[in-house]
Amino acid sequence: MARGKAVEVYNVSKSFGTYQALDQVSFTIQENEFFTLLGPSGCGKTTLLRMIAGFESPSEGAILLDGQQIETLPPHRRRVNTVFQSYALFPHMTLAQNIAFGLENLGWDRRRRRDRVAEMLELVHMTPFAGRRPAQLSGGQRQRIALARALAPEPQVLLLDEPLSALDLKLRQAMRDELKSLQKKTGITFIFVTHDQEEALDMSDRICVLGQGRIQQIGTPSEIYEDPENRFVADFIGETNFLEAEVLELAGGMARIRTPFGLEITAPQKGLAGPGPATLSLRPEKIGMESQAEGHLLQGTVTGRNYMGGFTHYTVDVAGQSLRVSRRNALSHAEGHAPGQPVSLGFRADSVRVLAQ
Amino acid sequence: MRALTSFRLWGLAPAWVLMGLTLIVPVAIVAGVSLADRGPYGGFDWALNFGSYREILFTLGWTDELEFAPKYLVIIARTLGYGLVTTAICMALALPVAYVIANARAGWKPFLVYLVTLPFWVSMIVRVYAWLIILGNEGLAEKAWKFLGGGDVDTFLFTNGAMLTGMVYSYIPLMVLPVYAAIEKLDPALLEASHDLYGNRWVTLRRVILPLTWPGLSAGAILVFVPAIGTVLEPMLLGGGRQMMMGTLIQTQFGGGRNWPFGAAIAMVLMAMVVVVLLLNARRAAAATEART
Repeated sequence: MARGKAVEVYNVSKSFGTYQALDQVSFTIQENEFFTLLGPSGCGKTTLLRMIAGFESPSEGAILLDGQQIETLPPHRRRVNTVFQSYALFPHMTLAQNIAFGLENLGWDRRRRRDRVAEMLELVHMTPFAGRRPAQLSGGQRQRIALARALAPEPQVLLLDEPLSALDLKLRQAMRDELKSLQKKTGITFIFVTHDQEEALDMSDRICVLGQGRIQQIGTPSEIYEDPENRFVADFIGETNFLEAEVLELAGGMARIRTPFGLEITAPQKGLAGPGPATLSLRPEKIGMESQAEGHLLQGTVTGRNYMGGFTHYTVDVAGQSLRVSRRNALSHAEGHAPGQPVSLGFRADSVRVLAQ
Repeated sequence: MRALTSFRLWGLAPAWVLMGLTLIVPVAIVAGVSLADRGPYGGFDWALNFGSYREILFTLGWTDELEFAPKYLVIIARTLGYGLVTTAICMALALPVAYVIANARAGWKPFLVYLVTLPFWVSMIVRVYAWLIILGNEGLAEKAWKFLGGGDVDTFLFTNGAMLTGMVYSYIPLMVLPVYAAIEKLDPALLEASHDLYGNRWVTLRRVILPLTWPGLSAGAILVFVPAIGTVLEPMLLGGGRQMMMGTLIQTQFGGGRNWPFGAAIAMVLMAMVVVVLLLNARRAAAATEART
């Protein structure tokens, strides 16, 4: 299926005084895509969203919506709608009036407006509440109305600014699934801003990881998690062990590496210039661990244990290097490995990622 | 429970005494005077005479029959009219001022609010007198008018415009402060939401800002309207006393008119109008609170 470009961002920079919020950011979002801007607070993700919405203008660069340059248009002339972090529902209007607000401004006639409001209330399962006011709703219900209000005018792109952050854990999980299915149902391009990596991995078609005002990596959730391109991404998404190692030789897409444990392995790489020092990333769940098993590569001692319910996180000392190892608690009341216990560890060479410096 | 009730009674005694001495007793005296007989050389003699109230609507004809005479009704209507116009102008001017203060940098806000309240440090008479100089012959207003290329003017003073200018000037701080408080509470995300949903500035003002700052606007309207309909200084000094208002009417009855009971009757009518406005506002506010929850 050939898809058009919904949003194109070219070399966009934004500075507030001397503070550089965004530095030369470029990416393209496809139509019908669930695209997530992920990063720690202060990384510029909200600024980027607000520039697409029209509440900020870029210091440099261009933003295209459906092929049209929009960075100088005021917000009310962009076919883009926002779900605000605080929802920003109009407190003096009923839910139906809130949803109809955008349609009235677009000049829809009364009958069409009424039908669309009914359709949107149905879509978010809020039909019985049409006549209520926002103050009479729970957080999750407000969230749904904010979505309905933003989706009603059929925007080309829907912007979502950390919309789940105000909800409690259970509700957040349920709303994730609902958001995903809404996006599939409506076929509208979603740009979702979050600092929560789990949300991003769960919902997105593609994720753009932002850090220090720059794009760190763009890719599918599994690409971002399994093949982080740099230390920032490997560190920010999930947990990992960083190992300082030395690249001995490059051959095709592979590198021969000496690990700090003295082992030599051959692991996939991209972007390395030549032999020299390098940082490896090894995810805790990709390390195997057994008590006193022979034949494993590394011998170590458990120094710490954190029981998390479904998982247990161990800290293991291997020849002076501290490694985090994560084990799934598949058996009930399994003993696990007590601190002080000797263990042997192993991992597959292709689980190791060589990071660009 | 009993202790609490008695505390309410005795603990608040100073307040009751103060209210009684400064509010209830004086109003009762004025009410009494309004029913008294007019003294031959000013002053009054206690009586139970509704003549002063009748005088508001009727005059006595040749043969002691009552003739309807609207001259005082005209004054009452004019007073209400100027009160409403003053309130409307204050609203229109106070909104942008309050908006600017609310959106000023945090360090500036207290200073700007202080500037708004600054005129209250100077006596009202002095401030109205200052307008006499500004609007008078060869005054600042005339010079500015000529500088801007305006034609010859007789005078700005002693016109309805001068009187309105003075009234707006006197009472606008009472509008700016509550409107500022209301705008300050307005969530900026709501304005962004309005723009985001294709609302231009006008739509945002009409459908978001005005309804949400209405509590402040209506509080300001009460604060401006109530003193505006009782005003004496501006019609006398700036309006040149050409057009009688209720305030000036009361003043002349106690002064040159030497008809204290009639002055007191007009004062009671003025107070009744204020009470009606306050009651209507209280009912509206209660209804609004109920609708919100």
